[in-house]
Amino acid sequence: MSTVLKNSTAEAGAGSPAHSAARTRGLRSRMRRLNIPAGLGGWIWLAIIIIPVYYVVITSLKTQEGYFGQNPLALPTAPTLENYQMVLEANFARYFMNSAIVTVGAVAPAVLISFMASFAIVRGSGRFLKLVNGMFLMGLAIPLQATIIPIYLMIIRLNLYDSLLALILPSIAFAIPLTVLILSNFIRDVPNELFESMRLDGCSEWQIMWRLALPLTRPAIVTVAIYNGLHVWNGFLLPLVLTQSPDLRVLPLALWTFQGEYSVNIPAVLASVMLSTLPILVLYVVGRRQLLSGLTAGFSK
Amino acid sequence: MSNAVSTAPRTTAPARGGSEQSAKRKAALGWLTVPALFFFLVFAVVPLAGVFILSFAGWDGIGAIGAAGMDNWFSVLADPGLYNALGLTFLIMIASWLVQTPISLLLGVFTAGSQRYRAALAVLYFLPLLLSSAAVAIAFKALLDPNFGLATGLGLPFLAQDWLGVPHLALGLVIFVIAWQFVPFHTLIYQGGVRQIPKSLYEAAEIDGAGTIKQFFHITLPQLKYTIITSSTLMVVGSLTYFDLIFVLTGGGPGNSTRILALDMYLRGFRANLMGPASVIAVILVVIGLALALLLQRLGGKDKQGSQLEGL
Repeated sequence: MSTVLKNSTAEAGAGSPAHSAARTRGLRSRMRRLNIPAGLGGWIWLAIIIIPVYYVVITSLKTQEGYFGQNPLALPTAPTLENYQMVLEANFARYFMNSAIVTVGAVAPAVLISFMASFAIVRGSGRFLKLVNGMFLMGLAIPLQATIIPIYLMIIRLNLYDSLLALILPSIAFAIPLTVLILSNFIRDVPNELFESMRLDGCSEWQIMWRLALPLTRPAIVTVAIYNGLHVWNGFLLPLVLTQSPDLRVLPLALWTFQGEYSVNIPAVLASVMLSTLPILVLYVVGRRQLLSGLTAGFSK
Repeated sequence: MSNAVSTAPRTTAPARGGSEQSAKRKAALGWLTVPALFFFLVFAVVPLAGVFILSFAGWDGIGAIGAAGMDNWFSVLADPGLYNALGLTFLIMIASWLVQTPISLLLGVFTAGSQRYRAALAVLYFLPLLLSSAAVAIAFKALLDPNFGLATGLGLPFLAQDWLGVPHLALGLVIFVIAWQFVPFHTLIYQGGVRQIPKSLYEAAEIDGAGTIKQFFHITLPQLKYTIITSSTLMVVGSLTYFDLIFVLTGGGPGNSTRILALDMYLRGFRANLMGPASVIAVILVVIGLALALLLQRLGGKDKQGSQLEGL
């Protein structure tokens, strides 16, 4: 009740200055529009970003003859999809599936258990919870790549070497510290009154977690899921060290071996780069805002 | 837990007061952390301890593990390769910071502007974020081909160098490609930071007749203090883990000219099958990472704990 009141007065209060501010802001943006050095710099950076991307796209559509014969930056005279076909025939559908399994298999449990832990850290108290929270925060500062050798040893001892599960388990652990940090910051923002009113209705903490905290935290959950998802999808070191069979390759690893095997066929190699990025590109086109906010995972807060 | 639940309806007063029951109930929530704690202990804390232990062991990655005492430490510390890797790690860290920070900051301010074309450019600026390090490295390798790459395409012969074959060129290339891949991420962070600066500050400055450049130095830059610290922390701690990109792009070469610590660890452990010495390098990595994170956190003040520490 009190929060509702506070909000509405805040809005009413902010209403009129914002209105007059809009006019000055218009003036300012008109002035800024004339910022020529900034514009120039912006276009130069665009060239730096876009030329490599453009090169990858057009080269992946060229035939071998086109690649050797044409100007490298010219559009293909006879665009072809044969490179893509070749990449797909090199078992890329399989690698794609592997990447999808590892990403979903790691991110879904990681987010779920991190959410539960965050809820407990925010709602609970006591020495144990403080200790757990402190440990997760420490985990943020440690370059977890440095633990790869003991992880390799453990995975061998657990008889998990050369399996997708070997990639999933450490990925879950690596994702926990940041996920807990972001989710607990978010749960902390839920007004205490909401929790209390559910408490008074006789709900257990377990029910409060699923019925109140989870729905209210959904935007943050999407954010951390995207952030972790991209990291796992693009991860290279774990698959490099923990798998061996060609059938278990995930996309980044497949890219690497593919460019080793087909180093003479650059258009095909670049087609493999394109294909491995395609799902994320689709995500970018469909939900750019969400993807970008997921990428910075609350760093810009 | 169930005990706490059954008593809940009977307590009519808000349970915020420190009654014994509510303290018990709040401590009982600890159970919810058990799954996360389990994974974190088994696959992060235990390996972290393991890396210290393995630094005193002899292991070839396949056979039995034996004790090696201080041998690994002595041999690694006496190896000039370590100092080469350390130097390169810090060189790339500092160079990356110097290159990326001004560009990201300016681009962040630029893309936070209200002009339409800037928003459109921003959509394209963020494309490198979608690519894996392996993809970026492979794309640049193709792009730098002296005959069929950018040099011929743009007609700029000075681009036709043996980028991966000459030590200082390879190093410069690594720094450039890292910037290409990571500037978009930091631009995004700065864009978010700029958008949170209160508009009223600029309005006041405008009334005082301050121009764009003055506004940048007197409002934007000071207001971005915490953003700069966050971004710098991520850059610096993150630079310890540029492994994938450099591994695919140069493999540490030519010679050892781009063999940073993380790569050195991998090559010693998984190529030379010397897991003990590789673990020594890993310990050094952990110590540097922790020291840097703490140092930068000190710089940033204690209030923004945690959010700046992440660097993975």
